[in-house]
Amino acid sequence: MFFKNTKLLSRTKRLEIQIEEFLDKVTESTELFSIAFKVYLAEGVDTQFEEFMNKIQATEREGDELRRQIETELYERTLIPDLRSDVIWLIENMDKLTNTCKANLFRLSIQQPEIPDKLRATYIELIDITIDCVDKVVFTARNFFEDHESVADLAREVALLETKADEVSSPLQRRIFDSDLDLSQKMQLRYFVEHFDELANQSEDIADQLAISAIKRRI
Amino acid sequence: MDISTFVILSGGLFLGWALGANDAANVFGTAVGTKMVRFATAALVCSLFVVLGSVISGAGPAETLSKLSEIDQSLHAFIAVVSAGFTVFIMTRFGLPVSTSQAIVGALVGWNIFQGIETDSDILKTIIASWIFCPLLAGLIAAALLPPLAATMRILNLRLFVQDATVRWALLVAGAFGAYSLGANNIANVMGPFIHVVQPPSIGFGSVLLLDSTQVLFLIGALAIVVGVVTYGRRVMLTVGRNLFQLSPLTAWVAVVSHAIVLILFTSKSLASWLDAAGLPQIPLVPVSSSQAIVGAVIGIGLLRGASSIRWHLVGGIVLGWLVTPICAGMLCLAVLISVQSIL
Repeated sequence: MFFKNTKLLSRTKRLEIQIEEFLDKVTESTELFSIAFKVYLAEGVDTQFEEFMNKIQATEREGDELRRQIETELYERTLIPDLRSDVIWLIENMDKLTNTCKANLFRLSIQQPEIPDKLRATYIELIDITIDCVDKVVFTARNFFEDHESVADLAREVALLETKADEVSSPLQRRIFDSDLDLSQKMQLRYFVEHFDELANQSEDIADQLAISAIKRRI
Repeated sequence: MDISTFVILSGGLFLGWALGANDAANVFGTAVGTKMVRFATAALVCSLFVVLGSVISGAGPAETLSKLSEIDQSLHAFIAVVSAGFTVFIMTRFGLPVSTSQAIVGALVGWNIFQGIETDSDILKTIIASWIFCPLLAGLIAAALLPPLAATMRILNLRLFVQDATVRWALLVAGAFGAYSLGANNIANVMGPFIHVVQPPSIGFGSVLLLDSTQVLFLIGALAIVVGVVTYGRRVMLTVGRNLFQLSPLTAWVAVVSHAIVLILFTSKSLASWLDAAGLPQIPLVPVSSSQAIVGAVIGIGLLRGASSIRWHLVGGIVLGWLVTPICAGMLCLAVLISVQSIL
């Protein structure tokens, strides 16, 4: 019995470490996305940008592998029935953040949109806010496992950052359509604004669900 | 013991089986239904503690039942227990929250009527009052336990995986306590009517007496409960855990512990003596309903959490059980005794 419990504890510890590593991958991929976008604005799709694409692909693969290991562990060995589905939902949706970052870099690489100089600072501002939003939701997810009493407050902070992202993305889209650019370019630039802003929307959805799951952990 | 003794006891064994199949779910239903505890673990712990509770602490409520009615013929004891068992079976088929305790008391009163013996109204009143107090007390205890537990959990703010493991162990320990109190309180229903008619040999090593005759009788009854838990308990536990109790694991823990405390209050001789010595009002040692204690605890938790309305159909079911179960069991027992007498 003692050995069985010790084994259970070590499995639980391993699972906690895997979840930590997985969340690190999410942070890593958003950082890579942010830097790669700035490289794109400066140099276009060059070898440095390609390197970042390769790195984000590798990070996503490692994240996927960790996600599968965590899910298998949750289903097969470590039983946390009441919260198992919540944890799996969380892991899968955090993984979607990594996918969105990778997909955005691929879109940039394939379409190579021409972003006018006067709009670049606002694009960077939008990216910075969405990355802050993702960082905050990663921090909220860590706290869900460590200190669930703080999750509700952190989820509100994520929501505030998402609103801030909207406050940048909406005027940016208006400026795009008020400009003299071709309609096709306007459509393309708007498309990128929406995809970048999507990271903040996804983060807000995850934070909302985490707040509910944290309430479930109370009596 | 010869075969005829087992035939006579078979009614009690059937009642014990039904008790194990149904009431083990009150103790481990949520834990097994939500897969917090595996059925094999729950069945093992439940079986062990039901047997311990029955053999060590089962005497108190059985003595009260003996005072209500001292059946002195094995056939009559068999008929009384089978009448109670059949009533439980039929009422369960109609989905009514039935109690073996109420059925057996009804059957014993039926036997008293058949024999022309006046039922001791004081004992009967005490027993009926206990049935009413049992769910009320369970509700009060649950409502008293929940706030300090919630505050403790908030202060501890355990890591998710640590909380999960802690709750699982807590449910197992509460289940063991619940199973002990279930065996101690309800073994009287299963074997109480046979105390004066079946006296199996005591068990001991040399001059050391391990189990007296009544305890051996309770052990046989407890084993029937164990068979009920093992053969049919899983299905009932899953139904109770998944369908009836929409409780979090921690509130389930409060419900199970409250239920166990109430059952032990109506069972423990030592506690009764202590209350008596302290000049406090004594709690009668009476077999009460495990299911109604759990429902009482759940209603108590609901009211504390500001439930907008009480589930009146549950309360109505309990009240209906108080009235219908003993009356049906009593009438059935009386009818069968009269029929058997006219045949023999």
